[in-house]
Amino acid sequence: MTFALVDYRKGNIKSVERALAACGADVVVTSDAACVRAASAVVLPGVGAFADAMGTLRELGLAGAIKDAVGAGVPFLGICLGQHLMFEGGMEHAEGGRPTPGLGLVPGVVDVMPKEVAGVSYKVPHVGWNAVEFDEGDPLFDGIGQGEHFYFTHSFVAPDGAYTVGKTTHSVTFPSVVRRGSAFGVQFHPEKSSDAGARLIGNFVAFARNGARAE
Amino acid sequence: MLTKRVIPCMDVKDGRVVKGVNFVNLRDAGDPIELANRYDQEGADEVVFLDITATSDERATTVDLASRASEQLRLPYTVGGGFRSVGDIRTMIAAGADKVSVNSAAVKDPLLVTEAARAFGTQAIIVAIDAKRRADNPNKWEVYVAGGRKATGLDAVEWAAEVARRGAGEILLTSMDRDGSREGFDCALTRAVARAVDIPVIASGGVGALEHFAQGILEGEADAVLAASVFHFGELTVRQVKEDMRAHGIPVRL
Repeated sequence: MTFALVDYRKGNIKSVERALAACGADVVVTSDAACVRAASAVVLPGVGAFADAMGTLRELGLAGAIKDAVGAGVPFLGICLGQHLMFEGGMEHAEGGRPTPGLGLVPGVVDVMPKEVAGVSYKVPHVGWNAVEFDEGDPLFDGIGQGEHFYFTHSFVAPDGAYTVGKTTHSVTFPSVVRRGSAFGVQFHPEKSSDAGARLIGNFVAFARNGARAE
Repeated sequence: MLTKRVIPCMDVKDGRVVKGVNFVNLRDAGDPIELANRYDQEGADEVVFLDITATSDERATTVDLASRASEQLRLPYTVGGGFRSVGDIRTMIAAGADKVSVNSAAVKDPLLVTEAARAFGTQAIIVAIDAKRRADNPNKWEVYVAGGRKATGLDAVEWAAEVARRGAGEILLTSMDRDGSREGFDCALTRAVARAVDIPVIASGGVGALEHFAQGILEGEADAVLAASVFHFGELTVRQVKEDMRAHGIPVRL
């Protein structure tokens, strides 16, 4: 089975490719919508701005391909910006105060992380290693300890909702992991999170290989 | 809770670590990748490769290093030094660097910070500031560039605030007075900058003993602490440092 690693010129591809390959995944780095449609799993990495990224995904026909794949139950992992793009919209560089439409795989709008809460100031971007409290039994966290640390770097956060399966706290508590069916999104960078990150990516690969059918 | 970071920094020339590295059990102590992976195993939170080469030929080896690092490291890494333009930064980010750190070029043209942050995102742009205490006012620090050889007249705290406004994602703050002194961080400087900006501050320069790391966080109010020789010479391990920080009540990833 092939894992399509979506390359839409938003950096960070090689690290993710290395991490997936280290877990034995057969990875194809691609900007081709047809290749995404044919893949048995899809990984959407990314750093940068929401509006710009969505524009590129649409231009390349990748937005539709990803939506169709996820709709058909193909295992999907969005990383960092890739997690944000799963939502209905994002406020980063949004024009006229209205959110830029996202992939719409999960409801809600991605918004800026507040720098001050209840009179206390926080450093934003939220940069560094922070703990993830996840729902017990989530397949991504098999063999990973509750409260394990992962590497984050971001200024925007996903909205909380029914699809939150992992949470992290900085100025606010936000969904660091979301899941809808076989589509997962993580705010942190597992490919930059040492042993714990490698384990999580291995879990996604295993899920894509076996779990997806069993779910 | 967000943990405080410990960051080993390597000086790199021609793709090799310079300044002696004194690790046992390394096949090649001069290979930045092998050293960085060793630090990963010790629990380092990220690493910095500081390019101390001057010519553009040598520069190519640093781009190659960034490329290999993105394939072989499981940690975030920063490449610092030698950036003159947004194009230089683009090359390094395209090679796979998670972040770049700019110093002299930002002073020369502050728009570089604005444009780089817009092009690559705030999280990718670190501004490095080398600061020296003013002889005429011990509560003020001046920004130096060109590897600490050239005074700029800029106030370090004001400059930090300006680059933060321009979109820098972090500040890597080095005390020139303390660098190499082994007396510990300049906590007054670090605190002054940390309080002036709403982005993370990495303290650098002066570490010589275990307790200096916790001081940088507790007294300097830094978000991360950086050191080079104490790690390279094997005097301290990253794990020891983190255990000491934890003993001081500082949240760390262990």
